[in-house]
Amino acid sequence: MESTTLADLRPGKCAVITGFADENVPLKLLEMGLLPDNEVCVKGWAPLKDPIHIVVAGYEIALRKDEAKFVLVVPVNIEAQLEI
Amino acid sequence: MKIALVGNPNTGKTTLFNKLTGLNQKVGNYPGITVDKKVGYFKLESGKNIQLIDLPGTYSLNASAKDEEIVTEALSNKNFIEYPEAVIVVADATNLKRNLLLFTQVLDLKLPCVLVLNMSDVAIKRGIDVDVLKMAQKFGVPVVSINARKGLGVDELKSVLEKPLSPPVQQVFKPLEINAEFVEKAKSVLHSDSNYSAWLIANTPNFAFITEHEEQELNKIRKALNINTQRNKVSETVARYGFIDNIIKECVSKKETKYSSFTGKLDAILTHKIWGFFIFIAILLLIFQAIFSWSEWPMELIDNLFGTASTWVLSVFPEGPVANLLADGIIPGIAGVVIFIPQIAILFAFIALLEETGYMSRVVYIMDKIMRQFGLNGKSVVPLLSGMACAIPAVMATRSISNFKERLITILVTPFMTCSARLPVYTILIALVIPNTKYFGFMNLQGMVLLSLYLFGFVMAILSAVVFNKILKSAHVSQLIMEMPPYKVPHWRNVILTIVEKVKSFVFTAGKIIVAISIVLWALASYGPGNRREVAIQQIEVQAADNNWNEETKNLHLMSAKLENSYMGIFGKSIEPVIKPLGYDWKIGIALIASFAAREVFVGTMATIYSVGEEGDPAQGVKAQMAKDVDLETNQPRFTFAVAVSLLIFYALAMQCMSTIAVVYRETKGWKWPLIQFGFMTGLAYLLSFLAYQFLK
Repeated sequence: MESTTLADLRPGKCAVITGFADENVPLKLLEMGLLPDNEVCVKGWAPLKDPIHIVVAGYEIALRKDEAKFVLVVPVNIEAQLEI
Repeated sequence: MKIALVGNPNTGKTTLFNKLTGLNQKVGNYPGITVDKKVGYFKLESGKNIQLIDLPGTYSLNASAKDEEIVTEALSNKNFIEYPEAVIVVADATNLKRNLLLFTQVLDLKLPCVLVLNMSDVAIKRGIDVDVLKMAQKFGVPVVSINARKGLGVDELKSVLEKPLSPPVQQVFKPLEINAEFVEKAKSVLHSDSNYSAWLIANTPNFAFITEHEEQELNKIRKALNINTQRNKVSETVARYGFIDNIIKECVSKKETKYSSFTGKLDAILTHKIWGFFIFIAILLLIFQAIFSWSEWPMELIDNLFGTASTWVLSVFPEGPVANLLADGIIPGIAGVVIFIPQIAILFAFIALLEETGYMSRVVYIMDKIMRQFGLNGKSVVPLLSGMACAIPAVMATRSISNFKERLITILVTPFMTCSARLPVYTILIALVIPNTKYFGFMNLQGMVLLSLYLFGFVMAILSAVVFNKILKSAHVSQLIMEMPPYKVPHWRNVILTIVEKVKSFVFTAGKIIVAISIVLWALASYGPGNRREVAIQQIEVQAADNNWNEETKNLHLMSAKLENSYMGIFGKSIEPVIKPLGYDWKIGIALIASFAAREVFVGTMATIYSVGEEGDPAQGVKAQMAKDVDLETNQPRFTFAVAVSLLIFYALAMQCMSTIAVVYRETKGWKWPLIQFGFMTGLAYLLSFLAYQFLK
């Protein structure tokens, strides 16, 4: 699977976090549990396609695409087990 | 014993605080900064008194917003006024991993602590099972499992607090292993003996609680050693999560259960492309309707009550300055504060409900992109909304916005939102010049004008935000990283305590100022220079005798002559040249000045100027008198359509609220921003009122 960023992951898709784009990654992302090797699923996009709504480590957070761009992911082939 | 309560947001920390302390709470301020200090008191069975400090919710001690810095300061500075003897860390069992990040940081500060696992109903449903004994052993501190909502486990927590707590021995993260030189140098600058507390502060540039000298010294060290604070904090966070992962593996087991789909289904509707906005607007209309219709009778009741009190004072006390000060200064001043309590209580009941249910995060989520276009943040929605009741609590509600520029813009534009103090002014002016015609059988012209004034305020707020966004520069990147908590049934106790807290903070911040200014205004209206007033009174006596006025007519003329020759009257006349281009005379000038205490004072002042008698509805009386007033130069009615529109615009835009100025001063820590705001709003009001009057006259 090709590497991409969390901002490009479509709603309903899941991915595994591989790392961060650069060291200016907002610390808050890490504090909120967006850490390498964790699985992240995109639950949806806001009505105007930004911010995005994700599920990570069993809970849900919203973040802007500008922040999501820092998170490098590899999509996994299982469809999100989300009730969208 | 002084104990601090810390934890992530949405962990049930406040519920536990309320459960432990009940109504025995006080809201104060930390010296020098503007974060509310919530302190509660309770007694243990042994008679030991506990003072519990509820620190703001935070995800870590790496402060990024002002209210988070206080947590770091309170737990790391031994000389801080609220430095606790022990800490209770509340962790939500559903998100244990993330919650433990903050806990391990507290652990490393070596304060005696207790870890409280709040097993919410959700955690139980998801089959999360924590081996509490094993976890206590691993961390070396007591671990108590509770259910804060139901109050289970609270007694066990209390019995843990009975025993003496010792500082933890375990060190999870060792700063010396990352950069020993940096830590040692920071320790000597900060006169600290704790590696971790020095590390925390040295890695937080511009930390609010250190002196300028210390900040400069730390900057030198950071430059000399080529320190990247961001990278340091990332390595700390990664190291901590590594440790936490091991603990979780050993102590937590999770049965595979079906994930509740309730939140997902609700989200599909509430954040839907079209329905999402629809529902939000519907909720706004409901709140709007509730603020005005539900508060009507309590406000009338308060009004009557204070009116009666004033009359009673005048009838009981001997005539003189004391009776007048009470009846015309202090009592109406307090009434001016109390009258807003119903609307503020209703507004905050709704806001607390929206926050408790989890819907508020969805509002931020769907509105963020729109608000960002104007230099605001999704989180600006709440203050703007609150501004429709009163700008004071609204400005205080901006604290959750971590980006300073966005927060500042929100503070600057919130007073444009139509607050409830403008309503009586609007009502009387609209009734004066707008005909009460109905269109299509249900649309009332007066009502539509009122509604458009609300829209006008909102549009001006947004446009001003665009202007400030262009002017202000910011080095900080705007962020929105926010938890979306699952939907919950609101906890009534929390809603009620929020209302009590907000009303209290309104009464004590705004209230004091409004009462003080009312008294000053009363004095200005009751006294005049030299014997000017006495001369005027004698003239009226002569006129009364000449024209055979009855007692009532004479008294009315006396009152208005007294006001005209008071300091306030003289002041009103002296500003007449300035306000004449807007279509106002000195009488309106007096009302404008008096309105700086609170806008609704306009009606009362007009009543005094036009010498309206006590009988009947004073607003009706003022309206009738104002309609009769004639401009001596043109022989036309004084309150023409043009004057009324000009006044409406002035009241919609001008910063005529001392309490808001005071609150902005407090929130921005200086006079710069409140003065800019005052100049901008009042200047804009003057300009647009001028244009409106000149075009319409």
